[in-house]
Amino acid sequence: MTGVEVAGVGLHPFGRFPDVSLPEMGVAAVSRALAEAGVGRGGFQAAFCGTAYGGVASGHKVLGALGMTGPPIVDVEAGCASGAAALMLAAASIRSGQYDTVLVMGLEKMPKGIIRSSFFSPWQEEAGFSPAPAYFALRAQRLMADSGITKDHLAQVVVKNRRHGAHNPDAMFTTPVEAAAVLGSRVVCEPLHLWMLCTPNEGAAAVVLTAGDGSLGRVRLAAAVLRSHLPGPVLSESTPMSGTTDDTVPSASQLAVAAAYDEAGVGPGDLHVVECQDTDAARELLAYEEIGLCAAGGAGALLAEGATALGGRLPVNPSGGLLSKGEPLGASGLGQVVELVRQLRGEAGPRQVEGARVALAHTVGRGANAGVAVLVG
Amino acid sequence: MHEGLFADGPPRLAASRCGACGQHHFPRADVCPYCSAPGSVAAELFGPGRLWAWTAVNAAPPGYLGEVPYGFGVVEFDEGIRVLGRLTEADPGKLTAGQPMHLVVVPLHTDAEGRTVVTYAFSPGPGGS
Repeated sequence: MTGVEVAGVGLHPFGRFPDVSLPEMGVAAVSRALAEAGVGRGGFQAAFCGTAYGGVASGHKVLGALGMTGPPIVDVEAGCASGAAALMLAAASIRSGQYDTVLVMGLEKMPKGIIRSSFFSPWQEEAGFSPAPAYFALRAQRLMADSGITKDHLAQVVVKNRRHGAHNPDAMFTTPVEAAAVLGSRVVCEPLHLWMLCTPNEGAAAVVLTAGDGSLGRVRLAAAVLRSHLPGPVLSESTPMSGTTDDTVPSASQLAVAAAYDEAGVGPGDLHVVECQDTDAARELLAYEEIGLCAAGGAGALLAEGATALGGRLPVNPSGGLLSKGEPLGASGLGQVVELVRQLRGEAGPRQVEGARVALAHTVGRGANAGVAVLVG
Repeated sequence: MHEGLFADGPPRLAASRCGACGQHHFPRADVCPYCSAPGSVAAELFGPGRLWAWTAVNAAPPGYLGEVPYGFGVVEFDEGIRVLGRLTEADPGKLTAGQPMHLVVVPLHTDAEGRTVVTYAFSPGPGGS
C-alpha cells in the first residue's frame, strides 16, 4: 500500500474575525498549504473539506475563489472531528492508489456562546437538554469520582494550556492565567468554570497530502482514522437520552486510538508529543487515559508531575490546545495536524518539543465521531 | 406534553425492553439500539432510581423555554438503564451520589395558547422539592 506524506500545511489563525468570510479564511489556509507544498492549480486530484456549520458547498466556495475547481470536492460533516474525517478520506484515497496528491481543509465560523446544534429535536431544546457544557460537566463529575481528579487538577490543565498558548500567535488567547483566576471565573455547569471550557470560534486549516514514504524528509502520515461510538455509555459523545450500566464498553476515542496505533505500528510509549481534544479541562484528562498515556485513574498524577507540560517527558497540547486557540469545529482537527507537522519539522519556535519524532492528534465530538492521526517525522 | 415519553397514570417513563438481549431503552424503540433485534416490547420505568451524575445549568441555552438555573443529571434504575433528565434540585451541593430520585412531572412554561407545557424530571423527594 502506498504511504502518505505531508507536503504542506497552512493555517488561518483561530479567533474572531467579523470582517473575514468563511471562504476567505479557507483561501488563506489553503493558499499557504499549497505554496508550502509547491502545488498549484491542477496539482491535486481531489479535495476534502471538513465543516460542521459552514453550509452547502463550503469547499467549493474556497476553491472557486482560487479558480481551482474541477477535481472532486467532498464536503464532510463529523462534528468536532470533521477535519479528522476529511483527513481520513484523503489519506485513504492516496493509500488506495486512487490519487497522488490531495488537498484537505477544515473551516468554521461559529457564533459566540453555547452552540445551537441541529442535533437536538425542538422538544429537547425546549426542555433544556441541549447545552453542551452540561454534558461536559456530567462527564467531568464522573471522571472526578472515578479517577480521583480534583477541581485543582482541572484548573491546572487550563494553566498549562494557556501557558503553552502564550507562545502561539495563531491562538485566540495568548495570555497565561493563574489557577486562582480559573477557579474564580463563573461556574457554567458545576464543576466546570468558564475558563475551563473552550470557546467556539472561527478559523481554517489546510494540509496537502502526497503519495510517498518520507524519503524526501517530509513528515509521514502514518495513520488517519475515524470511529463512531458503540451503544452503551449514557455520557458518550453520541449524546443519547439513556444508556446501559455496562461500564466496560470502549469509547469512540478508545476505538480510534486502538485503530490508529495498529495502522501506524506504534504504541503510546513511542509518542513524543500529543494534541488532544481539550473541549473542557476534564476532557483532556480523560483523553490521557483513552490515548493510553496513563492507566485508568492516573491522569491527575500525570498532569501533576508535569509530564504533559512543555519541558515534560510527553507534552500535550503544546499549541495551547482548544482552551487557548478556541474551537472552530471543522478546522480544529487539522489545526492539530498543522501544529504537529511543525513540531516534527522543528519549526515550532518557543513551544518546540525537542527531538519530537512521533506525534498523535485526537479529536472527538458529537456523533459520536472520534478521529486520531499519527504523524512521524 | 411531549408525546411518546410518558405513559398515562402515575409518573413513569414510557420505555421499552428488547426481547433478545433484555436491555431497556428510553425513549421507546422498536429495533433494539444495543443488539439490532426488532420487536422490542413496551415497558415502564417507575423508579425511584439512584443519582449517578448531576450538575446545574445556570444560563438558558438556545431554544430553552423554562427557568434557570435548573438541575440536570443521570439517574440509574434497577432495570439496568441510566436516564438523562432535568432535576428539581438546581443546587449541586445539595445532592449526593446514589441518593434515591423520584420521577415527577414538572411545568416547563406556558405556551402561546395558555397551556402549561410539562416534562419529566427527577426529584430527591417523592412529591418534588
